[in-house]
Amino acid sequence: MASVAATTKTTAPGPSRARRWFRGFRERETWVAYLFISPWLFGFIVLTFGPMLFSLYYSFTNYGLQQIAGLEPTKSVGFKNYHQLITDPKVTASLKNTFTYTVMMVPGRIIFALFLAMMLHRIGRWAKTSGVFRTIFYLPHMTPPVAIGVMLIFLFNGRVGIVNKGLSFIGIQGPYWTTDPSWIKPSIALMDIWSCGGTMVILLAALYAVPQQLYEAAAMDGAPGWRRFKDITLPMISPALFFSFIILTLYGLQQFAQAYTAYFGAGGTQPEAALMFSVYLFRNAFEYFNLGFASAMAWLLFAISMVVTLINIGVSRRFVFYQGSQR
Amino acid sequence: MTTVGQENAPVPAAAAVRIPETVQTQRRRLRLPPLSWLTFAIFILVMIALSILFLYPFEWLIAASFKPRGETFDNTFLPQHWAWNFTGKNLPSPYPQKLFNVAPVARWMINSLWISFLAATATTFVSASVAFAFAYFRFPLRNFFFGVLLATMMLPGEVTMIPVYLLWNKIGHFTLDHPVLPHIGVNTQYPLWMPNIFGSAFYIFLQRQFFLGIPRDYFEAARMDGDSYFSMFRRIALPLAKPALIVTFVFELQAKWFDLITPLIYLRDQALFTAPLGMKILLDRFNNVGGGEGDYQVIMAGTLLLVLPMVILFAAFQKYFIRGIATQGRKG
Repeated sequence: MASVAATTKTTAPGPSRARRWFRGFRERETWVAYLFISPWLFGFIVLTFGPMLFSLYYSFTNYGLQQIAGLEPTKSVGFKNYHQLITDPKVTASLKNTFTYTVMMVPGRIIFALFLAMMLHRIGRWAKTSGVFRTIFYLPHMTPPVAIGVMLIFLFNGRVGIVNKGLSFIGIQGPYWTTDPSWIKPSIALMDIWSCGGTMVILLAALYAVPQQLYEAAAMDGAPGWRRFKDITLPMISPALFFSFIILTLYGLQQFAQAYTAYFGAGGTQPEAALMFSVYLFRNAFEYFNLGFASAMAWLLFAISMVVTLINIGVSRRFVFYQGSQR
Repeated sequence: MTTVGQENAPVPAAAAVRIPETVQTQRRRLRLPPLSWLTFAIFILVMIALSILFLYPFEWLIAASFKPRGETFDNTFLPQHWAWNFTGKNLPSPYPQKLFNVAPVARWMINSLWISFLAATATTFVSASVAFAFAYFRFPLRNFFFGVLLATMMLPGEVTMIPVYLLWNKIGHFTLDHPVLPHIGVNTQYPLWMPNIFGSAFYIFLQRQFFLGIPRDYFEAARMDGDSYFSMFRRIALPLAKPALIVTFVFELQAKWFDLITPLIYLRDQALFTAPLGMKILLDRFNNVGGGEGDYQVIMAGTLLLVLPMVILFAAFQKYFIRGIATQGRKG
């Protein structure tokens, strides 16, 4: 990645760095480049950066339906919205729901995806069938979240659902997944594990990139299978695992569509156990029109995502192994 | 790298030694990892069992959408009585309703297809131009802006959702006040695809990786031939980046087909709904739990229609989906 610094760095005596840097703006190439990126730049300012500032502003006001219609002036309320984040029991409950769901979904999905990817990898060199299985395992990933939400409430229905029918075959009395508060989140997470195809493909690509000589050397040293897994496979694919972990965690924290489709809206049962943070945010913003409070919630979500990602990166320093030159 | 005229010079001894070595690793790589026929058979059996588990929800959905009212949840592998729940004459209430009669489902599907197509086309070409600029040009503040671009990928959409809605609301009022302008704003379909004409950070990143892989000489040669920067982009960069463009296109098609929250925020009229929002409305209306009418076969038929285009898309572009996803993880 050649940087700006690289283009401005000079050994020959001449104008200062700042001078040369500013001279860059006089070049035709610079203006052409800015023309090329101008759509994104404009979109970034109007649809991302500007709204971020506005959202921060709204989070300190009482912005609502009256203010949209222009009937009442927007009033600053100080930290009231942020204080409400602490006092509103539903915020706490929805946060707890979201964390519980994420903690179940992310490891479940990664472990299952890794299991599938390793199986595909092992038979991959022998059989063309590997491609067929890969397609089958990937297919659920192409199911729209709304369809997953619909299937969720019917497949996991406690009385007539196929999941409980299947469980009764092996002698287990299945719980009432969609009504029992302690089983609602596991059922959403299970549907997510079903659609683990994307993670599986990422891990499969990482597995194929592991140099086979490492396994040979391990086999010659007589290392048993689990040692090869622990000491070769896991470190070599750890960047892909880490990437999946971060992406899935962010995805989990923003879970909306499945939970909303299955339990909310006009015809849902609205159980508090399925109230994800994003769902509650959405309801505050576009059902109750507490836009100020919803903005504060959005910033809380942003802060949580940042903190979780930073923690992930911090932890990854210890476990993730990046190959030096090989990619 | 050999200089011109040295191609036929004798190979140095070190290189000559190295060649058989690489051949050997190549051959060895094909033999490993060792897997006996028994283990192989067990693996295949486990995978077949898992495949059944993975495919069963689809089978269940297809079967349920062809079952008559009242038998939707009998969980038989094939319908005991075949019923066509999609279209036909609507009989009065105790009889099962048909999907296309109870709601403008065809309209929703066409809306969704059209919005997805517009959004995917726009984002593919605009992201390509931005990605190309980040890959090819050297300009002041390039790394700063690229860092900003990467940072926006981490931003949850919820943060910008409310102000962007208010912006569209303002635009809507403005266009209504000035009848010369077409009505753009809340309760039109523009907010669903218009933001895509500004490119999208994720695809810009993906395509930039691809453009970086194209040898710079190709572009320099085009410049020598007297191409302008734009015609170089159009004639050299775009055709070479076709796989990346297709990946972007199909990913965005999928993203728009999946999207529930944006239509939920912006659309009020049933005629404007997209397919996912429409199916959610169908679920609300017919699901008994929420006080609906209990025509579950309509929900099932609708859900099948929602799933089917994505399966077809995947069947047609499987290679690109797999490749696109695999490269995502490679940035580490």
